[in-house]
Amino acid sequence: MPKKVHVQTTINGEAVEYLCEPRQSLLEVLRDVLHLTGAKEGCNNGNCGACSVILDGRLVNSCLVLGAELEGKSLETIEGLAEPEQLHPIQDAFLENAALQCGICTPGFIMAAKALLDQNPNPTEHEIRYWLAGNLCRCTGYDKIVRAVQDAAQTTS
Amino acid sequence: MENFAYVNAADVEQVPSLLSDDWTETKMIAGGTDLLGELKEYIETPKKVVNLKSIPGLDKINADASGLAIGALVTLTDIAAHPTIQHHYTVLAEAAGSVASPQIRNVGTLGGNLCQRPRCWYYRNPDIICLKKGGDTCYAVEGLNKYHAIFGGGPVYIVHPSDTAPALIALGATAKIVGPNGERTMPLEDFFVLPDVNPQRENVLEPNEVLTEVHVPQPKMGTKSTYLKVRERGSFDFALSSVAAHFEMSGGTCSKANVVLGGVAPIPWRSVEAEAALNGKRITDAVAKQAGEAAVANAEPMTDNGYKVTLTQNIVSRAAMRLA
Ligand SMILES: Cc1cc2nc3c(=O)[nH]c(=O)nc-3n(C[C@@H](O)[C@@H](O)[C@H](O)COP(=O)(O)OP(=O)(O)OC[C@H]3O[C@@H](n4cnc5c(N)ncnc54)[C@H](O)[C@@H]3O)c2cc1C
Ligand code: SF4
Ligand code: FES
Ligand code: FES
Repeated sequence: MPKKVHVQTTINGEAVEYLCEPRQSLLEVLRDVLHLTGAKEGCNNGNCGACSVILDGRLVNSCLVLGAELEGKSLETIEGLAEPEQLHPIQDAFLENAALQCGICTPGFIMAAKALLDQNPNPTEHEIRYWLAGNLCRCTGYDKIVRAVQDAAQTTS
Repeated sequence: MENFAYVNAADVEQVPSLLSDDWTETKMIAGGTDLLGELKEYIETPKKVVNLKSIPGLDKINADASGLAIGALVTLTDIAAHPTIQHHYTVLAEAAGSVASPQIRNVGTLGGNLCQRPRCWYYRNPDIICLKKGGDTCYAVEGLNKYHAIFGGGPVYIVHPSDTAPALIALGATAKIVGPNGERTMPLEDFFVLPDVNPQRENVLEPNEVLTEVHVPQPKMGTKSTYLKVRERGSFDFALSSVAAHFEMSGGTCSKANVVLGGVAPIPWRSVEAEAALNGKRITDAVAKQAGEAAVANAEPMTDNGYKVTLTQNIVSRAAMRLA
């Protein structure tokens, strides 16, 4: 039995340590070891984006990264977005625009929108659709999601 | 997935000694976007996984007068966003930007893109031991072969999934490989091997060799290039068919055409026929049409993939017109 890996990392601004098996994905570590269940498992193979998190400033599928590889990095998950009494403007915009139905894709879309707006505070509709292409939604038809991101861009920029 | 020992490589020279000379024992991981899929499905069950990301310096792009040197760990996002690559090596920036989704391009590396394994659904099914996995049958021949090869097939009919490979071959790139006996360099075109040479692998790498860098010569003045890719799904997908076109132009005529197809053969497929139809010609609608026809003149479609012939013909013509 290969030995567990000890990882020291930063998650949502806080120092975190954990032990994981080399084979555990970051998604499994988040959900099963750290009990951060905001990132969702849709496909577990890179096709749906429901597990999206921001690793060292870049959007990634946590199901395609190994938990052992978080050592020394900085991770942002959906749990870190809202202030205690105040939702993040992107979260507000998703609510205002009813940009969700079942909600399983929402954490991933919000992280993808954040990664986009962090880099490009005023994206065009085309840019929004291009940079959100890695996230699937089976309910909304995407238009409301695109509008929510446009609205969030207005408030955050 | 099976458990494995996870080892960080300290430098390039150390990698061969960390790897077994048996493919089944050890695997390298770069971004992991392809490897994790294989491990989760038990397509590969290595005892040890060697991490390349711990090697310093392999994630750099150096552009100078001799051309581009791209380390194996450079991400597809960084290639697609690099201003020099966008302007002077356009086909490569477009190809890298067309790979998968933003999430996958953010971690997926160039080395991993070139060394990724096939997407054939029989190969990716853990319960099927086809020719590629050491069995004795290619199930695509009599089975469902909608996504399989129309060129260069036999005895296996996979298509090579990489988008960057056709672009880099069109640009005349060379690959640097480090193994137990030191370094070797070769044209990237010779890196890939047809299944009649080795049905189980897609390239010349030995199990304990690592691809470290790709070098692309600086294109001549007046060169134009583009990548055109057709996908079944609009948002992101592997190529049903793609074309990397790189033309040297002099005074309105195409003095040298490089046309390399993706998604249609077990290796990136140079279309010598399309190149011959373009070389020395002024690119008019008629010449572009002839290039498309020439590209598929020797196609050998299977039972379900005849549509790829028309698709390939049309995108070759369209790419030529785009560069006219
Ligand atoms: C949903 C999805 C969609 C995709 N769509 C596309 C697409 O449209 N186009 C496309 O081209 N690809 C696509 N891919 C494949 C994607 O995995 C690659 O594009 C990516 O570049 C692989 O890089 P990586 O660093 O993650 O590779 P890894 O998974 O780390 O490695 C892939 C393979 O190469 C080997 N390897 C890695 N680096 C080296 C090296 N330096 N030397 C020797 N061997 C090495 C590994 O051992 C492994 O076998 C897709 C993947 C997914 C999951
Ligand atoms: S095309 Fe290759 S991978 Fe697919 S069934 Fe045939 S031998 Fe196996
Ligand atoms: S669960 Fe990671 S992309 Fe679908
Ligand atoms: S709201 Fe249900 S999948 Fe997007």
